[in-house]
Amino acid sequence: MNAIVDISHLSARYGRTMALDDVSLQVDKGELFGVIGPDGAGKSTLYKILATLMPPASGGASVCGLDIVKDYRDVRSRIGYMPERFSLYKDLSVQENLKFFAALFGVSVKKNFDLIAPIFRQLERFPDRKAGALSGGMKQKLALSCALIHRPEILLLDEPTTGVDAVSRSEFWDILQSLKNQGITILVSTSYMDEANLCERIAMIDRGRILGTDTPARLVARLGERLFAARADNMFRLLEELRRLPQVKECYTFGANLHAVVSDDFDPQQAARMMEHCGLKGVSITPAEGTIEDLFIKLTANEQ
Amino acid sequence: MKLRILKALLRKEIKLMRRNPIIPKIIVMMPLMVMLVMPLVANLDVKQVNVTVVDNDRTDISRRIVADLQAADNIDVTDNCTSYNAALRTMDDGTADVILCIPYRFAADMLTAPEPLDILANGVNANKGMLGARYVAQSVAGTLKEIRRDSGIVAETTESSVINRFNPTLNFRNYMIPALMVMLIIIICGFLPALNIAEEKETGTIEAMNVTPVSRFIFVLSKLIPYWVVGLIVVTVGMVIGRVVYGLAPEGSIGQIYLAAILFSLVMSSLGVIVANVSSTMLQSIFIMFAVVMVFQLMGGLFTPISSMPDWARYLTYGIPPRYFIEIMRAVYLKGTSLGGLWLQYTALGGMAILLSVIAALTYRKQS
Repeated sequence: MNAIVDISHLSARYGRTMALDDVSLQVDKGELFGVIGPDGAGKSTLYKILATLMPPASGGASVCGLDIVKDYRDVRSRIGYMPERFSLYKDLSVQENLKFFAALFGVSVKKNFDLIAPIFRQLERFPDRKAGALSGGMKQKLALSCALIHRPEILLLDEPTTGVDAVSRSEFWDILQSLKNQGITILVSTSYMDEANLCERIAMIDRGRILGTDTPARLVARLGERLFAARADNMFRLLEELRRLPQVKECYTFGANLHAVVSDDFDPQQAARMMEHCGLKGVSITPAEGTIEDLFIKLTANEQ
Repeated sequence: MKLRILKALLRKEIKLMRRNPIIPKIIVMMPLMVMLVMPLVANLDVKQVNVTVVDNDRTDISRRIVADLQAADNIDVTDNCTSYNAALRTMDDGTADVILCIPYRFAADMLTAPEPLDILANGVNANKGMLGARYVAQSVAGTLKEIRRDSGIVAETTESSVINRFNPTLNFRNYMIPALMVMLIIIICGFLPALNIAEEKETGTIEAMNVTPVSRFIFVLSKLIPYWVVGLIVVTVGMVIGRVVYGLAPEGSIGQIYLAAILFSLVMSSLGVIVANVSSTMLQSIFIMFAVVMVFQLMGGLFTPISSMPDWARYLTYGIPPRYFIEIMRAVYLKGTSLGGLWLQYTALGGMAILLSVIAALTYRKQS
């Protein structure tokens, strides 16, 4: 058994609301594991429990073989937790924040600097700048550096890329990849479905329940349905008309296109002709690759 | 290990405190302002009483009474009315605090069957009216005594004299200065830690702290220690100003004052931490603190004596920490009471300090 994070039948509640409902998950050592789900799915609650900030209502979890409730003290020195909200001291400088967190964990910045060097390099240019005066992407890097300074075995990142620009986001994922290569297990949560493919394995979570856990490719394969991308000059009318077709099981907006889940007897050329007949112009209906988002829509639609 | 963590935490606290744009200024300016201005402003001494005289007698004797009144300290004869009603109008206008009414044939009957003199006080400002009436009565009594003596009659009344011990001039300032230092510690050591922790909650930094192996006792200690130091600085500044500006030095030992100040700073800062622990925003913690401080100021014997409170309230004050600190400060400052004479107050304060700091550490939750 080499699961470094082992969650079994974990439940959590805020008053009467179930935040997590019978969640079970295993994360292997050295994995880059994604927790994917919309806002309010229970991702942050899961992270808080794993970071020993909140006790579970029932069920349990172990991190590095340590129980998160009984051995919460030891767990804290084995994990690096980066909460969703920026949580460093804004009035301390970059250097001071790093030194402060190192001191709390009883490590020296110098000894563990190799780990954070690639991340910290860009921050080194202004060591005396106050953390509050950094840009969003830079704040992110500083927070990650502080979470890493004690060389944790597991990194818990709660929506690290929310509110970060596209360039910084892709940079951030490169950093995660290099950390993974150094043997650190990473649990990253995100509400951006496109980031799912950057993880080795993902767990899809919605309304406190795990919808599925697997590699992104295998999860998408579960979709098991024909999918077409459609577009025309009037997208809204196209949506209405497509939904009227008996062969179209489901139709929804997907980026700049519509995605249509169809039955086997669907003929794209015929459908396009029908749409043009309805007065729509520039209609194109082409086969599309399914994504995690399509799966999400399918799974959550079934629930309703 | 623990000590090193505490040192790192303290270094952070001091850095953040110094970089805060307002807090250091408040810590310096507030004691200065309070100690320099409040003793002059918050004063119950009545400096000038305006008196309207209605002299229905118009004799040498009545004129002498009025002249003596005019000459007396603190009394100013502002009006001389011919009728009682006119005099009442000056009180309505607010120009007179006291009316002295000398009846017709007062001088003539003085030695045989004296008519009483009427003294009317304006009770809107109860303190001023009461003291003013007493000043006027004293002045008139003095004049009458002299007149009797001049005419060879020995006064029948026995005289009593009052000597104010420990505060010979009954200077309200001497009574207030030790109490003002108490108020400063209540405000600075109570509010600042409450705001400090609530701020960490609001900015989310407390979450990052909570996943570190820092124990809650160490964390709470790192919040309390800076405010002990601040409390001691405040008391020192207060004592220096008291000595230099008002010439009031403690009769008792300075060590005793510091001991009480340390205990009381601990009480107040622990209370601040407890308040922050139970509230989730700065606004909440400020409101709770205000409620607590209000009770402390009004029931701790700061402005009004505890002995004049109703019984039930007097028992309540045994649970109010500033009560003991105020008693110690006034006793050491004005009477020079020794440690032995105040052991009850020190024990009560020390017990509360221990109790509250333990509660402060216990109510601090690292988990939500």
